[in-house]
Amino acid sequence: MIPISAYLVVAAVLFGIGTVGVLTSRNLIIVFMSVELMLNAGNLVLIAFSRALNVLDGHVFVFLVLTVAAAEAAVGLAMLITLYRNRETVNIDRFDLLKW
Amino acid sequence: MSEWLYLIPLLPLAGFVINGLLLGRLPKPIVSLVACGSVGLSFVLSVLAFFELKALPESARVMEQVLFAWIPSGSQFNANFGFLLDPLSAVMILVVSGVSFLIHIYSIGYINHDKSFSRFFTYMNLFTFAMLTLVLADNFLLMFVGWEGVGLCSYLLIGFWHERKSASDAGKKAFIVNRIGDFGFLIGMFLLFWNVGSLDFRVVMAQAPEVFAVGGVLITATCLLLFVGAIGKSAQIPLYVWLPDAMEGPTPVSALIHAATMVTAGVYMVARSNVLFMMAPDALMVVAIIGAATAFLAATIGLAQNDIKRVLAYSTVSQLGYMFLACGVAAFTAGIFHLMTHAFFKALLFLGAGSVIHGMSDEQDMRKMGGLRKHMPVTFITMLFATLAICGIPGMSGFFSKDEILWKSFSSGHGHWLFWLVGFVTAGLTAFYMFRLIYMTFYGKGRMDEKTRSHLHESPKTMTVPLVVLGVLSIVGGWVGIPHVFGVTNHFEHWLAPVMAGSQIEASHALAAGGGDTGMELGLMAASVILVLIAILVAFMFYNKKPHLATSLRDKLSGVHHLLLNKYFVDEIYSALIVRPVIYISLFCWKIVDVILIDGSINGVATVYADISQTARASQTGRIRTYATLFLAGVVAIVAWFIWI
Repeated sequence: MIPISAYLVVAAVLFGIGTVGVLTSRNLIIVFMSVELMLNAGNLVLIAFSRALNVLDGHVFVFLVLTVAAAEAAVGLAMLITLYRNRETVNIDRFDLLKW
Repeated sequence: MSEWLYLIPLLPLAGFVINGLLLGRLPKPIVSLVACGSVGLSFVLSVLAFFELKALPESARVMEQVLFAWIPSGSQFNANFGFLLDPLSAVMILVVSGVSFLIHIYSIGYINHDKSFSRFFTYMNLFTFAMLTLVLADNFLLMFVGWEGVGLCSYLLIGFWHERKSASDAGKKAFIVNRIGDFGFLIGMFLLFWNVGSLDFRVVMAQAPEVFAVGGVLITATCLLLFVGAIGKSAQIPLYVWLPDAMEGPTPVSALIHAATMVTAGVYMVARSNVLFMMAPDALMVVAIIGAATAFLAATIGLAQNDIKRVLAYSTVSQLGYMFLACGVAAFTAGIFHLMTHAFFKALLFLGAGSVIHGMSDEQDMRKMGGLRKHMPVTFITMLFATLAICGIPGMSGFFSKDEILWKSFSSGHGHWLFWLVGFVTAGLTAFYMFRLIYMTFYGKGRMDEKTRSHLHESPKTMTVPLVVLGVLSIVGGWVGIPHVFGVTNHFEHWLAPVMAGSQIEASHALAAGGGDTGMELGLMAASVILVLIAILVAFMFYNKKPHLATSLRDKLSGVHHLLLNKYFVDEIYSALIVRPVIYISLFCWKIVDVILIDGSINGVATVYADISQTARASQTGRIRTYATLFLAGVVAIVAWFIWI
């Protein structure tokens, strides 16, 4: 049996990759993908504990998160396309009007 | 009749409203008709009121009309908007409305060429309204309304030609100096209310003997404070400085302020409160001293002035001093009597001076006049009568009133021979400077330039007719008060007796003590007449016969002359002692306290915050990556906190 710590390590690595992706990449699509990665790292932790503790709550949570993530992806991509139409770029550093 | 008593002050107010609301939209004849008509009607009503009052039995000669409760506040304080007609206010409304009416008529001719024709009459009507309210009020508070009203109107009228800086300055000076006096009047009213609990004249006069101790501190303070108000309004030392400057206004205004209204308000107020003053002998003493000192000092200043209106202005201050001298020796009746005769001859003198100035193309310097007798006969004759009246030539109105005052200041229980002496000398000075004016203006060779000479003309009818009427009044006006010593009843004293009850008893005591000193009275009278004649003779020598005498005397006494010409430097002293320090304090408050301390601290705080914000706003880049990085750092820090600490 694989110990729970292995799952957690994988999840932590996934989350770290996602975070670095969010913070470093300039392309909005990559940022978006990195966020998905971080979400799935969270999902992995939930599933791991659900299994280790033998309760179903974690599963339910993960379904919920997946549904929300799917919806979020749809809305996010739509916004992204609109942004691109307006500014002809997806470089996140160019979207800096939210200040002062 | 008391139903229409309120119309007497209200008619001029109506004239004010009509002319004021339609300012400049009515043709001149209608404006003057409204203005003069309203004052004329109120004069007619005053005459009717006088006769109705006269028809009543002597003890019941009081009519009161309360229009409405003005300030009702339960049991604490009540003031009515009510008018009181008694012998004293009857005399006053006759004088005020009568002389005002004549001055209004005169103004039609005088102000005819001015572009602010209707504005002038608007102010004049308001002035008359305020003065009539003042004399008819039945309580101190309503009197104060009229009191402030005349103050306001004097400001408006003195500064009538407000394009001229000197005129607007003079207006401000009059207003501010009056305000100092009003402050005393207000405190006096507060003291009265505090002690008596009412401001109604009749209540105050009836209760004062029960509330106040005779000669006590409270009554003395009250009277002195009331008198401070009178000092300001009636131009006594030390607050007389506004009156000579008031000459900046149009001449009819000077006549109105000096003769019929405004300056007499103080005398009226003191006479109205005679019951109070009789209970405060110390205050009476102060009144008499200030009155005598003012009479004398103003007369000496009048000796050296060259501006025809300024001579008359100082003469007014001096004559008002006489009135206060009379009040101060408890001869209130004599004070009011002189007020009345003075109203006639001083109005005439000012209107005459206005006529001269009019004919001289607005020249006021007597050194540039002379020989006007032939060119302006009516003005000359009437002014001569007025001058004889003010000098106190027997038979003229001023003779009876002035000698009444001199005699009372000598014989009254509150009098002293020193008061008499000051008044006596002042009478001589008066005669001298008045005849100096007459000789310099009407006699001798004309000293004006050719252009003015060719323009010389007698004034139009609207101006000369009031002069003639006032001239007649200046002669006969005093005949109502011929003293007992000539073996007739003094009608004037008799008429005012019910109002002056307090002082009357005192006077009769004094008379009894004096033992009917008719010889003395006649002797003093003769002495002052002789002094006046000598003074006239000296003036004749100096300014008509041998002008070099005057010049050589002036050169010999150049120091004194300089002092008198510059009015004892009082204006300069006030300026150095009061005006300039106040300016400096104001400058300090403005430049240092306001600009540096208050504005500086507030602006400083604002600047500091603005600078901090300027620095701090750099942290807001608007970039999502920055925010996310900081967010992550925050999360890491918090987690680290929980784990390790």
